[in-house]
Amino acid sequence: MTKHTARKKPAQARPVRKPRRLHKSPTGIQGLDEITGGGLPTGRPTLISGSAGAGKTLFGLEFLVRGATRFDEPGVFMSFEETVPDLTANVASLGFDLDQLVKEKKLFLDHVYIAPHAIAETGEYDLDGLFIRIADAVQRVGAKRIVLDTLEVLFSSLPNPAILRAEIRRLFVWLKDQGLTTVLTGERNRPDQLTRHGIEEFVSDCVIVLDHRIRDQICTRRLRVVKYRGSTHGTNEYPFLIDQDGISVLPISSLGLDHSAPIDRISTGIDRLDGMMGGQGFFRGSSILMSGTSGTGKTSVAAHFVDAACRRGERCLYFAFEEAPRQIIRNLRSIGIDLEPWVKKGLLQFHAARPTYGGIEEVLLVTHRAIARFQPHVVVVDPMTTLLTVSTLNEVRSMLTRLIDFLKMRKITALFASLTTAGSDLEATEADVSSLMDTWLLLKAVEVGGERNRALYVLKSRGMDHSNQIREFVLTNDGLRLLDVYLGSEGVLTGSARVSQEGRERAAGTFLRQQVAGRGLEIERKRQIFEARLTMLRAEFEVEEEAIQQSISESKLHAAEVQESRGQMVRSREADASAYTKIRRAPSRGGGR
Amino acid sequence: MARKTAVQKPSTLPVFKLRLFVAGQTPKSTRAIANLQALSEQHLKGRYTIEVIDLLESPHLARGNHIVAIPTLEIKLPKEVRKIIGDLSDADRVLVGLALQQVG
Repeated sequence: MTKHTARKKPAQARPVRKPRRLHKSPTGIQGLDEITGGGLPTGRPTLISGSAGAGKTLFGLEFLVRGATRFDEPGVFMSFEETVPDLTANVASLGFDLDQLVKEKKLFLDHVYIAPHAIAETGEYDLDGLFIRIADAVQRVGAKRIVLDTLEVLFSSLPNPAILRAEIRRLFVWLKDQGLTTVLTGERNRPDQLTRHGIEEFVSDCVIVLDHRIRDQICTRRLRVVKYRGSTHGTNEYPFLIDQDGISVLPISSLGLDHSAPIDRISTGIDRLDGMMGGQGFFRGSSILMSGTSGTGKTSVAAHFVDAACRRGERCLYFAFEEAPRQIIRNLRSIGIDLEPWVKKGLLQFHAARPTYGGIEEVLLVTHRAIARFQPHVVVVDPMTTLLTVSTLNEVRSMLTRLIDFLKMRKITALFASLTTAGSDLEATEADVSSLMDTWLLLKAVEVGGERNRALYVLKSRGMDHSNQIREFVLTNDGLRLLDVYLGSEGVLTGSARVSQEGRERAAGTFLRQQVAGRGLEIERKRQIFEARLTMLRAEFEVEEEAIQQSISESKLHAAEVQESRGQMVRSREADASAYTKIRRAPSRGGGR
Repeated sequence: MARKTAVQKPSTLPVFKLRLFVAGQTPKSTRAIANLQALSEQHLKGRYTIEVIDLLESPHLARGNHIVAIPTLEIKLPKEVRKIIGDLSDADRVLVGLALQQVG
């Protein structure tokens, strides 16, 4: 049989290696090795399935390039579609120099071209021609990895599918015997199938599906490990990205929630805000959500936090999604914070980009990369809500979960500013995201009496004692200042309302004092009236007494006159001379009183 | 490289350059060689050359000649290069490939 001979030759080329337990070959593709727990199954085939343009060829090439450059595993790329010059040119933009690798004998590229119209079948055939080419290529570079992209093309160019299937089966047996870690791409044009001709039946070890979807004109790519025999693997759909560094898959960094929980605290940069959180500020490595409507001072609070971190000598990474760094620095000078020296010292790094430029994956990826490169202690994302413009809430949530996990693993404290739409319920809109956060600061604008004032409060702060007060703050040219809690009878008051309320209370106090003083005066007055009346009564009494006395004396006088007139009569009658004399003297004595 | 040249006779008609790619001395390749020789002798007497190439001995020729299936017969016609795969047991099809017979 032909089969026998064809297998003999490659078998001589390389000793047969049979892995006893499951070894894995790292792909070197960022994030994928984390999902698969180490890479693709060594010495076994892996099917990469995806629709046109999903990134299958690139996946294969990167697998080989990384293998050759990082893991000292040369590789063979059998291209059934693209020509070698095309392949080389296509990945040159990703920084892969295939020509160089070929020269160094770390990579072998072969383009398998079959012009279908030029082929006629005249009887039994096999694929030994192909096998010989593969065996030759493998031998030339001492390949440990091979990519077949896309083997199924054979079905459209060669007749007799039954023979092809048998031959492909034989190919996989041979590849396994050779201990070649194989990546096989398959085109998927219906969601219910992995490959067009069902060649997944030959690949029972590992199947990865690549997918790309376009929503709102933004393309998002996803990767899912459908099957991985003998190994645990992440089962989710992971977003991935193709950029100048190749493929990057973004796994949820930890499958379990086992990151450590530091107990040390770091200052918020605002003394009185620290005070509101048990006097010590945030937990290191915690995630803080700071939400508020536009213009409530989110960036200012963030700036204080950043400034304090830099003062402690910590590195700080600021993701500015809406403002340019220069603009942020300029604007913050108006509240007396100068971040520029920190930038110059290399303690503060800004990353400014509009997330709408790429998809959510790109944002996440850029974020991850920047964090991995700069190794910051503190990260600020301002505002994270911009992400909602490029994706759905679900995706943003999943992205944030990943980011937060990633940050927590590295004990990085992160402050996420969130812009709340005016008029919407502050606490409801971000409820989805907030559960991921350890601390939630809410900034709000309080509109009273024709003005807008700022207030903040700690909505939640896991694991620490925190104030329940709504505090007003003002942005002075010397930074953000929290004011005293105004605890009046009419609730929290801010701004002029607070000032005027305080004024009103002062006025009310004065009135009361005046009232008290007034009552004192009234008593005095009443006393005076009383005394006046007393005087008057006495005067009346005296007048009456006098009158009575007078009437008494008049009465006496009258009596005396009566006596005297009687004596005169006696005298005139001269009845008794002596009697007459006596009566006459008496009235003169009484009258002389 | 195993080269096997058949009888060559001078003629005014175009000479067919036939190359048969095989892999080892397998029943399929032996059969293909035999079929090709019989066919050529019958239809192209005196105006053909046959070259049998064993790819096990010169694997690089498989790549250079875009050989995937075995056996493959390569026919160099004035305008094009045709490839016929299989053991050439279907004589009619081979003749179509050789442009000696109309498709039908």
